[in-house]
Amino acid sequence: MFVVDTLLHRLKRGCETMSYPDGPAPALPERHGGALRVEAERCVAGCADCVAACPTEAITRVSGHAVALDLGKCVFCSACIETCPSGAIQHTGDHRLAARTRTDLVLGGEAGKGLEELRLANALDETLRRLFGRSLRLRQVSAGGCAACEADTNVLGTIGWDLGRFGIQFVASPRHADGLLITGPVTRNMELALRKTWNAVPEPRIVIAVGACAISGGLFAGHPEVNQGADTQVPVDLYIPGCPPHPLTILDGLLRLLGRLDERRFPPRARTAHTV
Amino acid sequence: MSDASVFALLPNATSLPWREIPEWPADEFVQRTAAELDRGARLCSWFGVPERDGAFVRLVAVLAFDADNTLAVGRSMPVRGSYPSLTLTHPQAHLFEREVWEQHHLAPEGHPWLKPVRVSAGEAPANAEFFRVEGGEIHEVAVGPVHAGIIEPGHFRFQCAGEEVIHLEIALGYQHRGVETALAGGPHRSTMHQMETVSGDATVAHATAYATVMEALALGEAPLRAQWLRAIALEFERLANHTGDLGALAGDVAFLPTASACGKLRGDFLNLTASLCGNRFGRRIVRPFAAGPEVSDERAAQLLRDVTRALGDVEQALAWLWDAASVRSRFENVGIVHRSQAAAIGMVGPAARASGLVRDVRYDHPAGWHRFAQAPVVVWPGGDVFARARVRSLEIQRSGEFVREQLVVPPEADAPADIPMPAGDSLAVALVEGWRGEVCHVALTDADGRFRRYKITDPSFHNWPGLALAMRGTAISDFPICNKSFSLSYCGFDL
Repeated sequence: MFVVDTLLHRLKRGCETMSYPDGPAPALPERHGGALRVEAERCVAGCADCVAACPTEAITRVSGHAVALDLGKCVFCSACIETCPSGAIQHTGDHRLAARTRTDLVLGGEAGKGLEELRLANALDETLRRLFGRSLRLRQVSAGGCAACEADTNVLGTIGWDLGRFGIQFVASPRHADGLLITGPVTRNMELALRKTWNAVPEPRIVIAVGACAISGGLFAGHPEVNQGADTQVPVDLYIPGCPPHPLTILDGLLRLLGRLDERRFPPRARTAHTV
Repeated sequence: MSDASVFALLPNATSLPWREIPEWPADEFVQRTAAELDRGARLCSWFGVPERDGAFVRLVAVLAFDADNTLAVGRSMPVRGSYPSLTLTHPQAHLFEREVWEQHHLAPEGHPWLKPVRVSAGEAPANAEFFRVEGGEIHEVAVGPVHAGIIEPGHFRFQCAGEEVIHLEIALGYQHRGVETALAGGPHRSTMHQMETVSGDATVAHATAYATVMEALALGEAPLRAQWLRAIALEFERLANHTGDLGALAGDVAFLPTASACGKLRGDFLNLTASLCGNRFGRRIVRPFAAGPEVSDERAAQLLRDVTRALGDVEQALAWLWDAASVRSRFENVGIVHRSQAAAIGMVGPAARASGLVRDVRYDHPAGWHRFAQAPVVVWPGGDVFARARVRSLEIQRSGEFVREQLVVPPEADAPADIPMPAGDSLAVALVEGWRGEVCHVALTDADGRFRRYKITDPSFHNWPGLALAMRGTAISDFPICNKSFSLSYCGFDL
């Protein structure tokens, strides 16, 4: 009976894969907030309320300058936004967060150094794009991840997201892979396994760090049992912040790296500085 | 039964002064714990508390008398060196005693398999030698730590005769992040957030256990509205994970309609959680004494509509699964854990209920909102993959009914109150029935109300040995469905 049932069901539901990126991006959850920005001139002199409120020491302040917010350490808990008396740190509602270098993730700080918003990732160079642009095979290594980043990476394989349509696939052997997608701060206990896996990936290879832990150690930074992120062990080509990043943020990062987003066709949603 | 207990009795989600917990010399303490277990108690947690000078350690046992709806706590006098092993007579203490040995160098004499649990040997866990089956036709299969999918790391060592697994040893520790060690002297600024990531797919369960411990230490409780919201979020978490895992089980036996549908539906449940707090895993919903995110009547009504629609879709997707003889024949009589085995090793959660054990914290030890509202406990007798899948399938129905009932009548918001301070020199216990089973948090405070010791027991700590037993006599090619039918946490175990 189920053959008929399933066929009827499929006819009824139609195609459930989202049109993005050939259509507008799906909305983030209403209370998500998206990326953060720092409006330096709003930063009140002598105030460091947000520095004390941040659970991961993502915010620092040097006297005379605005706060510096490191989105690579940020767990997006909104404590700083709720604490700030002047609205200097704001949600942008933007799902795009991936960057190519650690410094691109630092906002505010010393005038002229940090910008108000993060610098989004550029695509790989032409040689790598020719190799990986239409076919990217990744091996996923969880190295102290709590299973949330893993879960929201996994979800990209479901029918709603259908990662396979971009030629991106998670493979079962590092020998079949073009690169690694790493989650977790890299525990001491995963150092050897991560290194062996990386060594087994043929060159040229890329590494993608997903989530605050993999970028900076996140909530566990400073514990003697963990490292401060994937780039302490292997060179990283793409950082995707979040705790965990929304699947849309991860997908944006992957497509951005491969140069497969045409943002002229579907510009990102209008940004609203809303509070959560 | 428990009236005769010599241990200090306390209900779930309460605390008592450390000095009121009865103590005995270590050997007598082990005997008394064994006697309590023989009388029907269950070991929820077993850990060491170092004395202030560091050389001596006290053992603490937290037991549950499920039928009497009460917990019991006992402790040993300070001891060093060794003590007689409890595991010899009660295998449910097996991993706990290894953990105490690893953390406090206190050796359980006569322990049959004393080796590290998660401690590091530098750049990998110090696993020590694996159990080996000798024989000309025996071969060994090693899998992991890095696995073939997007999944956490762990090492599985199979001893096989052809296809048949004679023995499986599971070595974990790769995810060890030092969660418990970092809690000493806490709570710290990052503690609440770390509790939400003990096991990221059980955020609400662990966060609720932590918040409940903090509230119990301060002899208070969360606003009713928060208790209501925690109960709902806990069920959303259960619905999402049960749905996702049943889809993955369907995928593992190549039954794609349910695999595809459930993969998407799992996301629908995660998005319900995200509509509460913005995060798909329920971060920021639970805070000690705090009311939690605002849920207007309109939002509650919208949640009710959305969850009803998702439940209807899941029911249809699971009907295909259960109607298919090809699925049933793959699930039935595979990976059996008998009731007596499940009881002996102290299994919890859906895996225990699928072996016929009636244990569910929401029912046996109701705390928070579960004092006022409960879902019927799902039990199935088979102990095989079919039973575990069946229990989770039925729990989706019961959990769905529960959530829908609760969403109809949200309680009034309470007036905000001052947050009381945690009491000093007290021990608090909180059990929460997460989707994998019993999450147990125990906190012991120092004179200033800071954590002297904080012990977390994820349900996976009880259940990993169950997976090993399920594989005995099972074909190694059935490992994926056995593993997925338990769906245990690596980081929750490794801490």
